[in-house]
Amino acid sequence: MNDTRTRNTRRSWGSSQQSSTLKERLTLWLNRDSTVGQIMVAPMVILLVTLVAYPFVLSLWLSLTNKTIGVPGVFVGLKNFIGQWQSQIFVQALRNTFVYTIITTIVKLILGFGLALFLNQEFRGRQFVRAALLLPWIVPTVLSTMAWLWMFDSNLSSINWVLRDLGLIEKNIPWLTQPTWALVSVMIVNIWRGIPFFGITILAGLQTIPQELYDAASIDGANRLGRLANVTIPLVRTIVYVVLVMSIIGTFSDLQVVYGLTGGGPANATQVLATLSYKAGLQSGMLGQGAAISMYMFPVLLLMVILEVRYMRRSAE
Amino acid sequence: MSAKPQVQPKSREVAFRRRERNWGRILKRLLTIYLPLLFILAAMLLPFYWMAVTSFKPYQEMFNLKANPFFPANPTIEHYVHLFTKTRFPIWLKNTALVALCSTAISMVISVLAGYSLSRLRFRGNTFLGLAAFVTYLVPTTLLFIPMAEVTRSLGLLGKTEVLIIVYPTFQVPFCTWLLMGYFRTLPPDLEECAMVDGATRWQALRKITLPLAIPGVITAGIFAFTLSWNEFIYGLVLVTSDARRTIPVGVLTSLVVGDLYFWGPLMAAALIGSVPVAVLYGFFVEQYVAGLTAGAVKG
Repeated sequence: MNDTRTRNTRRSWGSSQQSSTLKERLTLWLNRDSTVGQIMVAPMVILLVTLVAYPFVLSLWLSLTNKTIGVPGVFVGLKNFIGQWQSQIFVQALRNTFVYTIITTIVKLILGFGLALFLNQEFRGRQFVRAALLLPWIVPTVLSTMAWLWMFDSNLSSINWVLRDLGLIEKNIPWLTQPTWALVSVMIVNIWRGIPFFGITILAGLQTIPQELYDAASIDGANRLGRLANVTIPLVRTIVYVVLVMSIIGTFSDLQVVYGLTGGGPANATQVLATLSYKAGLQSGMLGQGAAISMYMFPVLLLMVILEVRYMRRSAE
Repeated sequence: MSAKPQVQPKSREVAFRRRERNWGRILKRLLTIYLPLLFILAAMLLPFYWMAVTSFKPYQEMFNLKANPFFPANPTIEHYVHLFTKTRFPIWLKNTALVALCSTAISMVISVLAGYSLSRLRFRGNTFLGLAAFVTYLVPTTLLFIPMAEVTRSLGLLGKTEVLIIVYPTFQVPFCTWLLMGYFRTLPPDLEECAMVDGATRWQALRKITLPLAIPGVITAGIFAFTLSWNEFIYGLVLVTSDARRTIPVGVLTSLVVGDLYFWGPLMAAALIGSVPVAVLYGFFVEQYVAGLTAGAVKG
């Protein structure tokens, strides 16, 4: 940096006018890598500070007040957080959120991994199949949830029709009207949507494993299971880890599937933290309450982010 | 002459055995690959098929419990006509496209600059900002929609469609920046350095040399940004209040459903049309999409 400055002054001796020196200096300063870098990154920083960091701090503040829509609130301390535990609905939503996240994540991992292994075989039309299977993941969630809503319809459920036709059930399954089935239905849709994400991403990981490693393992006497345990799994561990973290974040904070399918019902059987915070914060207008409920998602999300960042740093070293 | 009759039965036998083996192989592949595949495809694509079938089915058929529900006996386009003439769907379609295109354009400019800067240029806070972009990418929108309503209210933007153009970059930019940082790192810096020795500035180097090379990365990021915007629901639900200003996912869910009454025909038609743009876009760029999907994972 000092070097640049000396060069700059030395050059300015040649010019007779002071203004051109200033201009020259400015141009030089503007072309320095650190300046250019900061200017280029500035729009992103401004965006993230004003529309991510500031709202987050505001949410923390709101959760400590009794603010409602249109009425300025008063600081109430941790009342919103402690008070939630008196509410059965909140406890149920918290429990549902964990059940929903844990069960769907396990199923998605197993089925997604299976799908990836399956698609990793050579067969005709593989590219097309891969493209078609990713559709549930890329299509707008709310819109595909509408199709499921119709498939779960109490009288005209096409799933019931198929099951009845196959002789698997005699009475219609009360998909969205009975509490336990409603939670199962919501999980089915989440799993359906998530399997392609797991499957296709893990498949991409599988395809980076060189065939020689499998050949070497075979020569060393490894059978199919041995190759899976000693070659495949260690090598796709990174990608599985990342996919898992992403999926947990997405499912734990999910609103769309539940909102579109059951709206949290029947009788809060499928209420999760995200839908409850929407209901309390915006539908009932109690912003403080809503913000506090959404803040209950934060510890798990933070844990996931920390795990992810630590893992990234370690693998970068 | 004597060799020929000897050879022929042998080769026939070989061919026969091979054919037999082939049939066995084909049967095995049919059972272990194509049959399970058919089952997987059917299970995963059933909702889309159901969407399409319903959208072409007249109501009396839809509510006939005896009829096979998987095939429309008398296909009709009445639901599509209804959707486009009797509902606000055309307006939502326009709104969704406008928001997706504008927010993507804004996000791409911001992300290209930030991604280039964070991957190529050294300055204080560089590493921290790269990490910050990644962390914000992991922040879900459901954590921020309540304060976002307050922030946009104080900016006087709450309720307008345009508010989404400003808000959507908050999740598009972190992802695209992260993706582009990875992409820029794969490009050799030599070309740029040569140009700069010849007197080009950083800005010129970016615009004339690196950016053209980074087009595939920019396309990938753009597809993701567009898809994220097109599919977004919670901000659209919370920040836009009047029906005519909504986007498709929100409009379909809040206005095509009247109380407990579901207009399944137009609803499914809307779901299908609302899904087509992202499906088509993605169909053209599957490879880029998959590359983007794994970007965080592979680079990380």
